Amino acid sequence: MSNILVLVELSTAGNISRSAGELLSLASTLGTPVAVLATPHVAPGIVTELGSLGAQHVFLGQTETEPMLLLTPQVEALWQAVQKFRPSAVLASSTIDGREAAARLVARTEGVLLANAVAVRFDGERIVATNSVFGGSYSVESTAEGGLPIITVQSGVLEGRAPEVAAHVTVHHLTLNPEGSGVVEGSTAVVASSRPDLRTAGKVVSGGRGMGSKENFALVEELADVLDAAVGASRAAVDAGYVAQSSQVGQTGVSVTPELYIALGISGAIQHRAGMQTAKTIVAINSDEDAPIFDVADFGIVGDVFAVVPQLISAIRSRSQGSS
Amino acid sequence: MKIIVLIKQVPDTSEDRHLDSATGLLDRSSTEGVIDEVNERGLEVALQYKDSHKGTEVVALSMGPQGTSQALRKALSMGADAAIHLLDVNLSGGDAAWTSKALSAALKTTAFDLVVAGNESTDGRGGAVPAMVAERLSLPLLGSISAVDIHSTSVTGQREVESGTLSVRASLPAVITVTERSPEARFPNFKGMLTAKRKPVKTLSLADLSLDPSERSAAARSVVVSVAARPARQAGKKIFDSGTAGVELAEFLAAGRLL
Repeated sequence: MSNILVLVELSTAGNISRSAGELLSLASTLGTPVAVLATPHVAPGIVTELGSLGAQHVFLGQTETEPMLLLTPQVEALWQAVQKFRPSAVLASSTIDGREAAARLVARTEGVLLANAVAVRFDGERIVATNSVFGGSYSVESTAEGGLPIITVQSGVLEGRAPEVAAHVTVHHLTLNPEGSGVVEGSTAVVASSRPDLRTAGKVVSGGRGMGSKENFALVEELADVLDAAVGASRAAVDAGYVAQSSQVGQTGVSVTPELYIALGISGAIQHRAGMQTAKTIVAINSDEDAPIFDVADFGIVGDVFAVVPQLISAIRSRSQGSS
Repeated sequence: MKIIVLIKQVPDTSEDRHLDSATGLLDRSSTEGVIDEVNERGLEVALQYKDSHKGTEVVALSMGPQGTSQALRKALSMGADAAIHLLDVNLSGGDAAWTSKALSAALKTTAFDLVVAGNESTDGRGGAVPAMVAERLSLPLLGSISAVDIHSTSVTGQREVESGTLSVRASLPAVITVTERSPEARFPNFKGMLTAKRKPVKTLSLADLSLDPSERSAAARSVVVSVAARPARQAGKKIFDSGTAGVELAEFLAAGRLL
């Protein structure tokens, strides 16, 4: 079986990112998964953990502690691993880090970028990646000709887990030139939320301008917590200052594909729909019966969010009490 | 200081956008082309620096078909000093790698201190071309940053990644990409529109860049295998709240095993 390289991202705290499991699982369906990472500190247990996620090999690019270079170590580690393992594909997550590292590797290897894949498979000898375009309006399959396929993969769309193995390790000391690189001078870790992650949540409750104020937006959060859902928002709600921009769903925010998407006081501009219309079930509550969100809703309620949602919350609570 | 701002003309996100079902390429006839909003924000970053630093030159660079000149005219009317239009039939439909090769070649024709691009386009959404350009030119890349601060020999910004926020710095010359968190762009004023007509727009072909079209067919490339339009979503049940809609919705969710 051919080797499939997986770029493993580490958090600012040094933990393996959630995408690693998804990517290694995908890699195991295509060939032999090889995890590639770059770090100054080899945390004990990291190799075992990657093996438990399915990595047959771990290629560990070791860097100096200072200066901390921005992504240059990851690109160099991938480049070294490409030469060592002669892979038939490279997978990276479609995150900020993953996309930039993948793009730089494409330029360095004269490879081929297949971006934002929601599925990857072999069709005979060639690899085929599926990409969802214009908010799910089109599904486009592409392949790479004449060069190494380097694929960025959307998180939260893949399921399954690779079988656990004991990984082989290669430690490679990376020689880096700080001149041509950005430098990380400091970092602050994001405050961990007790709510599910918006990108990968099974349920999302979003609020729009119809929520009226930052104080009223708490109702969106209350329903989200009752449903164990992530909190999202329309751009209008973000621009109005009701909620942080990281919650923005849509063309220029996060794209989500949950089992359930509930839109509260969101009119449903085309840019918002581009980020959520691939949800399995869509519910919309809006006082404007002509709001375009109703065109994509499986269940639409024309009514006052502040009357319907409290009633919904108490109905859900009494159901869960009844069943327990 | 000379700042080059990369501009991409894209279909307006407020309209229905289409792909050519045979080629998988953008159907440009179906929508009006506009400057991608994040590129306007990138231009704003450059123009704000120019506002407070006399002698700064801001150049808008775009690759695209004939109509792209409209986007460049708008950039000039917003305040850019000059524009470069990379125009060649052999650039049409190029993938990210080929696009970055042409843009890199164009950047090599001119001296600059800083290249400002958007973090991702609203049509392709690959978020890759500026990073490829940086790699091809062996320049530092600060991608997806906000709170951009340009100094005489370096540039800094805040990079928000999944696990936190990084303070990043690069020596000039460098490539940066800005996000939506950058300030909103100014509108062209009347004077800007008048003077834009007199500002220089240089058109470059592949021959001007000493790039041979045969390099493209010989190079590795992405090839579209299939294009399928998804059927539009159908509206489902719609009720008017008469006092019990919350309870009805709870029943709907329970029936769908969504509680």
